[in-house]
Amino acid sequence: MGRTKIFKPNIPLFHHSSIPIYFALRFIFFMNIIVCVKPAPDPKRWDSIQLDPQTKALRREGIPSVLGPLDKRALEEGLRIREKQGGKVVAMAMAPPSARDNLVEALAMGADEAILLSDRAFAGSDTWATSFVLSRGIQKSGGFDLVICGEWSLDGSTGHVGTQLAEYLGIPNVSRVAVVEGLDGKTLKTRSLIERGYRILETTLPALITVTRDINTPRFTSLLGVMEAEAKPLASWSAADLGIRAEEVGFPGSPTQTGDVFMPEMKRRAEMLKGEPEEMVGEIVRKIRQALG
Amino acid sequence: MDFQFSPQQELLRKSIREFAEGAIARKVQHMEETDEVPWDLYKEMGKQLYMGIMIPKEYGGTNLGNLSRMIMIEELARVSAAVGMAMQIFHLGIAPLTDFGSESQKKKYLPGLAKGENLATIAVTEATGGSDPTGIQTTAKLEGDHYVLNGRKCFITHGHVADVLIIMAKTGEGPKGFSAFLVENSFPGFKLGRKERKFGLRGCNTGELAMENCIVPREYLMGNEGDGLKVCMAGISEVGRAGMAGCGLGVIQACLEASVKFANERILGGKPISQHQAIQWMISDMYMDLEASRLLCYRAAWMRDQKMRCDTDMAMAKYYATEAAVRCSKKAVDIHGGYGYMMEYPVQRYYRDAEILIASAGTSEIQRIVMARKALTSFK
Repeated sequence: MGRTKIFKPNIPLFHHSSIPIYFALRFIFFMNIIVCVKPAPDPKRWDSIQLDPQTKALRREGIPSVLGPLDKRALEEGLRIREKQGGKVVAMAMAPPSARDNLVEALAMGADEAILLSDRAFAGSDTWATSFVLSRGIQKSGGFDLVICGEWSLDGSTGHVGTQLAEYLGIPNVSRVAVVEGLDGKTLKTRSLIERGYRILETTLPALITVTRDINTPRFTSLLGVMEAEAKPLASWSAADLGIRAEEVGFPGSPTQTGDVFMPEMKRRAEMLKGEPEEMVGEIVRKIRQALG
Repeated sequence: MDFQFSPQQELLRKSIREFAEGAIARKVQHMEETDEVPWDLYKEMGKQLYMGIMIPKEYGGTNLGNLSRMIMIEELARVSAAVGMAMQIFHLGIAPLTDFGSESQKKKYLPGLAKGENLATIAVTEATGGSDPTGIQTTAKLEGDHYVLNGRKCFITHGHVADVLIIMAKTGEGPKGFSAFLVENSFPGFKLGRKERKFGLRGCNTGELAMENCIVPREYLMGNEGDGLKVCMAGISEVGRAGMAGCGLGVIQACLEASVKFANERILGGKPISQHQAIQWMISDMYMDLEASRLLCYRAAWMRDQKMRCDTDMAMAKYYATEAAVRCSKKAVDIHGGYGYMMEYPVQRYYRDAEILIASAGTSEIQRIVMARKALTSFK
């Protein structure tokens, strides 16, 4: 005859002596999450974007910036992890001063703090220099457990920054994450979609992940969020604050430069063939071979 | 004079527009086809504290004020006038509680209403009185520690949806002979009548209510006995009219956007119709109507935020914005030509929805009586 054994912890949950344990647990599992976002021109106004013929950079004067859908998903994932584990979410962007509004938007969505890395010297930075600036910002912001980025930005769409940033920070990087499967304070398990299947990877923390649009559906901003956003801390750091010299960033600090950007010419031309069907087929085959080189 | 919105109001507009385009837009077709109440949207909007925009923070609201509310209703109505109307009526049902409710009534109801867990409305209109509220015939008799209500209310927006209703009834004679009661839909003797089939605003419930020996405990009286007209009309004249005006703004903006899009795409005589002057005149009239309506509406809402008397200003905003909405939706249908009459294009919906904005919360004629009364004393 067995007896049902009821587990009774020695320390009651709400006893004062359990407080240190509670704090110790929270200390271990609390996640400091940094979400990198990039304010990009509003897709609804893409028809008015022009390219600078000299620098090949986007001319975006008068076009409002928005947080892209991948940025919002990265932020949403950070918020969900925080809600589950406890911790803090910091939204960070390297952008012109006008990006302040986009960071306030991130705060309204639920981020605890925001940091804007902004300096005239940063203008013209390629993905390598941008990753460098972000890495300095993250290092200055204090400790972190997880960095989350969208897999690519809404405008440049190179998909370089996340991975390069992990390289600068010297931490593992998992790209194109579609599901965060598990998180225990020390390790992170992720699932990414690949061709004809998926890939599950486990990494130690701290780490960086880039997320795809499959990962979640971002929440809508509540009125409470709108109300609280203004009061939340929003720091702005310049190159000097980050200890960055002008030659390390901007055009001088960028190893890659845009060679050319152009709209491919898509002219259609019709040619009518005459003759017997066999002849015309032969002619078509010859023309296709010619076009293929 | 500063005509700029605060950064918070800009952010509010942006987030509500995102919600409207992301969550409401995809429901519109279903609402049009079935006339079903979008419960899931109400739940989601409640979670985001949309209903609590005028409720003080200590009762769980956000207290962002009248101007913010105007922006909210405008953005909701831009995508769906039915949802804009729904939100406006929730606020209208809450206003008598925040303005005239006792401390215990506020504590009991406001936190739930702010989160959308309970929904509110106001019920004044009857077959015998709407524009003239003193024509109502529902009676309330005090019997011991409760009132007994008897009568019927008609055209009550959310009459069948609301859990908490502010109901006006006769307790005596003369203008002081009306009282307002807070009635829960579960009170004995409270019954739902017919559901109206409407020309527009599909998905926004309108229905009849019947009180047959409806028992309302004495502590559910709003303010004092005899305050009924004050309690209900303060809400309708300042919150209700503002809400209808906000719906008007949303409809005008929607008409303008749809018309510009269509006029740029539709080719006639070898060029987009937007290049024909006849169309340009209509577009510019709509644009001017939008801006003029906005100035009146935002100013009136701002005045209420400053605790200034604004009944005439609200009447003016309501009259102008709703009449403009009807004008603009007619123009939008005209610009679309034959397509405008087809159910595949949204402008027919704007046309149908705009019309109710005039009748609700005081017809245009009533608004003009309010304005004339003020003008005849101010300018003599």
